[in-house]
Amino acid sequence: MVNWVQTYLLRHLQVFFYSLGQLTRSPFSLFMTSAVIGIALALPTGLHLVLKNMQTISGDLDSAVQISLFLKKSTTDSQARQLASQLRGMPQINNIQYISRKQALQEFKRLSGFGNALKALEKNPLPAVIVVQPSLSDSNANSTQRLVEQLQAKPYVDIAQLDMQWIKRLYSIMDIIRRGVVILAGLLALAVLLVIGNTIRLAIQNRRDEIVIIKLIGGTDRFIRRPFLYTGFWYGLFGGLIALLLVISSLLLVSGPIEALTQSYDSQFSLKIIDLNSTFWLIGGSILLGLIGSWVAVERHLREIEPT
Amino acid sequence: MIRFSHASKRYPGGFDALQDINFHLSPGEMAFLTGHSGAGKSTLLKLIALIERASRGEVIVNGQNLAKIPRRKIPYHRRNVGMIFQDHQLLFDRTVFDNVALPLVISGLSHQDIGRKVRASLDKVGLLSKERSYPITLSGGEQQRVGIARAVVNKPPLLLADEPTGNLDPELSREIMAIFEQFSQVGVSVLIASHDIDLINHLPYRILTLKNARLSNDTAPASVENQKW
Repeated sequence: MVNWVQTYLLRHLQVFFYSLGQLTRSPFSLFMTSAVIGIALALPTGLHLVLKNMQTISGDLDSAVQISLFLKKSTTDSQARQLASQLRGMPQINNIQYISRKQALQEFKRLSGFGNALKALEKNPLPAVIVVQPSLSDSNANSTQRLVEQLQAKPYVDIAQLDMQWIKRLYSIMDIIRRGVVILAGLLALAVLLVIGNTIRLAIQNRRDEIVIIKLIGGTDRFIRRPFLYTGFWYGLFGGLIALLLVISSLLLVSGPIEALTQSYDSQFSLKIIDLNSTFWLIGGSILLGLIGSWVAVERHLREIEPT
Repeated sequence: MIRFSHASKRYPGGFDALQDINFHLSPGEMAFLTGHSGAGKSTLLKLIALIERASRGEVIVNGQNLAKIPRRKIPYHRRNVGMIFQDHQLLFDRTVFDNVALPLVISGLSHQDIGRKVRASLDKVGLLSKERSYPITLSGGEQQRVGIARAVVNKPPLLLADEPTGNLDPELSREIMAIFEQFSQVGVSVLIASHDIDLINHLPYRILTLKNARLSNDTAPASVENQKW
């Protein structure tokens, strides 16, 4: 029994490396097919990783909910400062930042690039703003909403605005992209199946005589199928590795500019290239596609080849 | 070993390749199957190897009714039937050793057993020195002997040969026939399809003659014994 299992495993191992040997005899076509698979898989994988990175950024933003209080234009600087110090005493509020009308204008000039256009204006159009950071201890949506209403009722406050709208929007945009990635991944997986299926079909046709001979001397379908399945395995593995290489090099290429961008937002964000889990899924999925593709091709075409 | 009872083969389209064939081949018996091209020799061998199935009647090989063997069991049936072909059917990208080893690899034998049996088989056909060669470097007669070595390597009880001497000169043909005689002497049933009347009339074996899809003549070996060369 043990001997039989040993022989069986040994035979599989032989076919495993035999099929690799067959493939490496024509390295160029091996590379071409693997590259097609690699490119097809790199696209959804890359998008998936970009999404993942966006989630970490937006996760940081989530805790950074802030309320902007736009003050009435008639409010004097001292009235505003008084309000600010009053707010600072409230327990629901963690931090306060007061931006006077003058500061707001300067900041706007600096960041917007409309400096010269603003010079044409006679009056400063911008209101003073108090940026309120709610304390983190009770930062659920309801209590935040109550705080907003409370602040709205304060004197001098024109509009109290919760800066969460854009985060919600970002989330829905990401949701759309996520679904797009799933659809894209499905379509490209289908393309990979077709590529591998077609390659295996050609391999079967090239070895038609050999298959006939093996059938004549008593080879089972399983025996004949085995090398083709391993061929599909190798295509999947090499395709997956090429996809991994493409994804890593593409992300490394954009990581420099992205870090420069995030630094300008004072963010500690650093681009995550690819983690072990995603690598596992990419390579494993690619191998699985290779096996399925070759299985389908072998099932379809092996029966057609019979000795006559 | 082989028993045909009222076996017929009609191909789609209505062509009758074999009609009402009856004969019995005993274990260890050697016989020739002859007749003109198209008389049905190849079809008869195909029925035995389950490359084709009889349309009517029974074909029993090794005690098994072939009609009852399902498609997925055919490979196991073929392992008990050593087949030799006119065009050898060798794999040209593999060495002589690997070609002969193929039936054993298919059966899942261990490495040591394969080596031992392949060399024993190559020794029987006198090609032990060529085990590392590729078939393309061998002569026609040698290629045919590789085919025979492959057919007998897992010691099947039955050998079928379809025009095994078709491309060989008379002397090589006699050598090949001598190899078949050796196997029949150790108990293997051998059925050889051949139209080489000169050759088989000089051998002391039973001759089954097919004519127009029917078995027209079945001469016992005794009648040709005095003609032995």
